[in-house]
Amino acid sequence: MTTLDSSKEIQKNNSEFNETHEDFRMFGLITFLIADGMTFAGFFAAYLTYKAVNPLPDGAIYELELPIPTLNTILLLISSATFHKAGKALLKDKNSDSQKWLFITAFLGIIFLICQLFEYFHLPFGLTDNLFASTFYALTGFHGLHVTLGTLMILIIAWQSRINGGRLTSQNMFPLEAVELYWHFVDGIWVVLFIILYLL
Amino acid sequence: MTISIDPQKTNNESLQPKGWLRYFSFSLDHKVIGIQYLVCGFLFYLIGGTLASAIRIELASPMSDFMPRDVYNQVLTLHGTIMIFLWIVPVVNGAFGNYLIPFYVGARDMAFPRLNAVAFWLIPPSGLMLVASYFVEGAAQAGWTAYPPLSITTPQSGQIIWILSVLLLGGSSIFGGINFIATIIKLRRPGLKLMQLPMYCWAMLGTSLLVVLSTPVLAGTLILLSFDIIANTGFFNPVLGGNVVVYQHLFWFYSHPAVYIMVLPAFGLVSEILPVHARKPLFGYTTMVFSIMGIVVLGLVVWAHHMFTSGTPPWMRLFFTIATAFIAVPTGIKFFNWVATLWGGKISINSAMLFSCGFIINFVFGGITGVALAQVPFDIHVHDTYFVVAHFHYIVYGGTVFIIFSSIYHWFPKVTGKMLNEKLGILHFIITFIGFNLCFAPQHWLGLNGMPRRVAEYDPQFQFVNQISSLGALLMAISTIPFLINVFLSVRNGKSAGDNPWNALTPEWLTSSPPPVENWEGEAPLVEEPYGYGKEISEQK
Repeated sequence: MTTLDSSKEIQKNNSEFNETHEDFRMFGLITFLIADGMTFAGFFAAYLTYKAVNPLPDGAIYELELPIPTLNTILLLISSATFHKAGKALLKDKNSDSQKWLFITAFLGIIFLICQLFEYFHLPFGLTDNLFASTFYALTGFHGLHVTLGTLMILIIAWQSRINGGRLTSQNMFPLEAVELYWHFVDGIWVVLFIILYLL
Repeated sequence: MTISIDPQKTNNESLQPKGWLRYFSFSLDHKVIGIQYLVCGFLFYLIGGTLASAIRIELASPMSDFMPRDVYNQVLTLHGTIMIFLWIVPVVNGAFGNYLIPFYVGARDMAFPRLNAVAFWLIPPSGLMLVASYFVEGAAQAGWTAYPPLSITTPQSGQIIWILSVLLLGGSSIFGGINFIATIIKLRRPGLKLMQLPMYCWAMLGTSLLVVLSTPVLAGTLILLSFDIIANTGFFNPVLGGNVVVYQHLFWFYSHPAVYIMVLPAFGLVSEILPVHARKPLFGYTTMVFSIMGIVVLGLVVWAHHMFTSGTPPWMRLFFTIATAFIAVPTGIKFFNWVATLWGGKISINSAMLFSCGFIINFVFGGITGVALAQVPFDIHVHDTYFVVAHFHYIVYGGTVFIIFSSIYHWFPKVTGKMLNEKLGILHFIITFIGFNLCFAPQHWLGLNGMPRRVAEYDPQFQFVNQISSLGALLMAISTIPFLINVFLSVRNGKSAGDNPWNALTPEWLTSSPPPVENWEGEAPLVEEPYGYGKEISEQK
């Protein structure tokens, strides 16, 4: 399967192909993110319906502390900005700057996940305590999964943007742009989640 | 499935193994992937059909004597899931979409060939997993809808395998949808306008939009359901404070559009087949396009008509009744257009044409019962009776499966370069058409008289009509035999077809049969009028 790629014929055709067609990988990614967003939309709709029609039993604990999630929101927003910086740097062929910004972004992502776990361990309710607890863990957990995947992808492209032998250059920006779009998407979902789950 | 090829020797010829072996490889060729989808889907159709026969044998007598009640529930669950997720959805979307769309947009392959192959190879393992779940202790028996609390309280191991398998198939479907949208919007040959595309492209664009927008919601729902089963959460468990109606809303938000995912591609395929065999341009191209898009938009806002008996508030009943009735308008436009295409045409009565006409008859019937079912008072009367079973099978079997057969008769010469035997084809059609109507038409009566669906036993007064229905099912099972004989004989020594046996104008016929690896020997042709029958051929470039 991998050997098929090394076929010169295919590569020639691909280059001809790319000359006559614009690059539509980003288009495919956006379509995928719309699909992914619909999964979250389904979860949000379920959560809001529960909130509207399913009263929690007496004595159920559903209070959330705000400081950690607020810190997390700020962390993610800053990480979006640092990722943007990484893209700008790579565009100017400053690979080491780009790599530095990518590592900062990944670091912020890891801090976010640690804060999230810290919050999980200090919450007064567990997954099966009540309906609110279940939806809370399902929503933040599913988002956390996205952050984990995003952080891993950032680390991979940070490795690939190394100066010697890295595949990521100003001529080959797509991996960085794709992960950046994904990361902004995950940030945007978090903002919606923060508003719906913590503030509403 | 890795086929290793020495990179030094690799050239265009040896990109894939020769002959039938390439259908077992991780081939990136859209034509190979299309055939993989079709054959894989057909094998599952045979399994699902066997299960359907078992159901009808059981229902030939009022007592559950052929199989125990829980086995009956497992069989009907497996039948529904296999037929929907492994036969109809992969075949009308994956098989014909992959084979035809690159031709129609003038491309050499799909936009993302590797994603395409991944999407296909997700299907056999998840299908085998689904079939294997039947042999696990406690197979899934909550129906293809997997409604809680039924799916939570019945044995769990089979249900979890069922969920995993449907999740994988949903993923495959989403990958396919992304690929189709990108191919149709981004990969068109320069100079080819959207409004010059053959109708199947529009149908696949609409279908893929529905797939991308609604399938993820089903995935999310099934993840929550699996939490309920494994981790003992209470999303859909009323005992733990959950809400079963939320599951129904989320499930039908996917599964109503899923009906259009199953039937819109069939609408597209029949729009390709009718003009060729009636030698007339497709009537009302623009209205066809807008009615497809109308169905897509309306299809997303009608889901709660499946839930009129689930304590739905009156405003919701009113809204969803009206929205559902509105879908009859674009669908009706399409049917008038097809009939107008046939009107005054030079019609060839061959297998492809007969199956298409059978589709029109069956689907109009299923459509009318569909509008009836959308009316709340009527729906409450026949909810969960055989009337619903009859309506649904008129749509998916009488509609989509008829078109799948019609398309196989139409495109078989393209794929193999050989013609199918017409006599066997017409025999296949006659047995299928009679068997199908004999099987499902009486079920309307059964439903109106109150026979509930999904139950192994019934009131003895219904026995005679059920036996007629079972006889029809027997004919449907028999109808597969002439088809299979036909295909095997024709692949081996069928009449040579030439490149364009139907003198069709759509782009896939303007290359050799079977087509070369990258579809065209030179530049892809620019077909500005795919339905320009009866006009000067020289106008075509």
